Amino acid sequence: MLSKSKIFFKGIVAVLPHMLSVIPFGIITGAIGIELGFNPILVYATSLIIFGGASQIIFMQLLSGGASSLVAITSVGVINSRHLLYGAVLSEYLEKLSFIKKLIISYFIVDQGFAESNKYLRQNKNLSNPHYYVLGTGVTLWFCWQLSTISGIILGSFIPEELGLKFAIPLTFLAIIVNDLRKLDHVFVMLVSGFASLILFNAPFKSYIILSPIVALIAAFIMLRLKK
Amino acid sequence: MTWLSIIISGIVTYFSRMAMVALIDREMLGTKVKEVLNYVPAAVFPAIIFPGVFFNDFGLLVEITDPKIYGAIVALVVGFYSKSVIATIVSGLLSYWFIIFFLLR
Repeated sequence: MLSKSKIFFKGIVAVLPHMLSVIPFGIITGAIGIELGFNPILVYATSLIIFGGASQIIFMQLLSGGASSLVAITSVGVINSRHLLYGAVLSEYLEKLSFIKKLIISYFIVDQGFAESNKYLRQNKNLSNPHYYVLGTGVTLWFCWQLSTISGIILGSFIPEELGLKFAIPLTFLAIIVNDLRKLDHVFVMLVSGFASLILFNAPFKSYIILSPIVALIAAFIMLRLKK
Repeated sequence: MTWLSIIISGIVTYFSRMAMVALIDREMLGTKVKEVLNYVPAAVFPAIIFPGVFFNDFGLLVEITDPKIYGAIVALVVGFYSKSVIATIVSGLLSYWFIIFFLLR
């Protein structure tokens, strides 16, 4: 029987490797905001209020490029709509919580935290307090994201651009799904999503980020139908 | 105006995180939907990985000789056998750096 703090700690440990990409990405996000000419407090507010890496960069780029608020907000909404899918998956482990706790924990649902929580909780279905794992991953990512964007805001992009650290982002997500390459049905869904994203890449409002998963999930649905 | 946009964007984003957790009763989801939800990681993350590897900063498809492709292949192989997040990311970055700093200079 694992105590609450042990489960929380396990969540922290699970997302630590992802800091290799989260921290540089946070620094870049903060630095880009300043380069685009935004007030430092405003740049930081995107990390606190929106709290979603890629969407913050797009948001600031659009506004500084003269796009309307409506376009910027729509883009953020479209990019971040993938959290609906994370929530649907994680709700299995969070359904027993009170409404207030659900409202609080929701703020901390992030890509890497979702992925690691999903991986661990699927294998430990009888865990008594699964939400502590989700919280451990989310709070860790939240702190590192806040601190790294702040350092990017203060110090600028002190990471040389030649390093191409942006490449760490696809690598983090590759690390998340690489183990599922052992399952052919998952590989099929991944390929559908990947190729859909290449085809839909220029769709408006960065909508490929949500359209490709939808296409892939429809493919998964059809695949499950045909299997039976 | 910018502040208002940030706040609305924040509300929209928070709603996307909260809606399925706090507002939807799991009973409402059928067994078929729950089965499909097993594929959420497989459906979401490639849509971030593929463009990150196969497009450049200008949104154009990279050439087949692009270092990112080889870095991703190394990371894929290392990740597959090591099952380690750190090994996957580090091997991908190191091989990418090896190509851009040594092979291409």
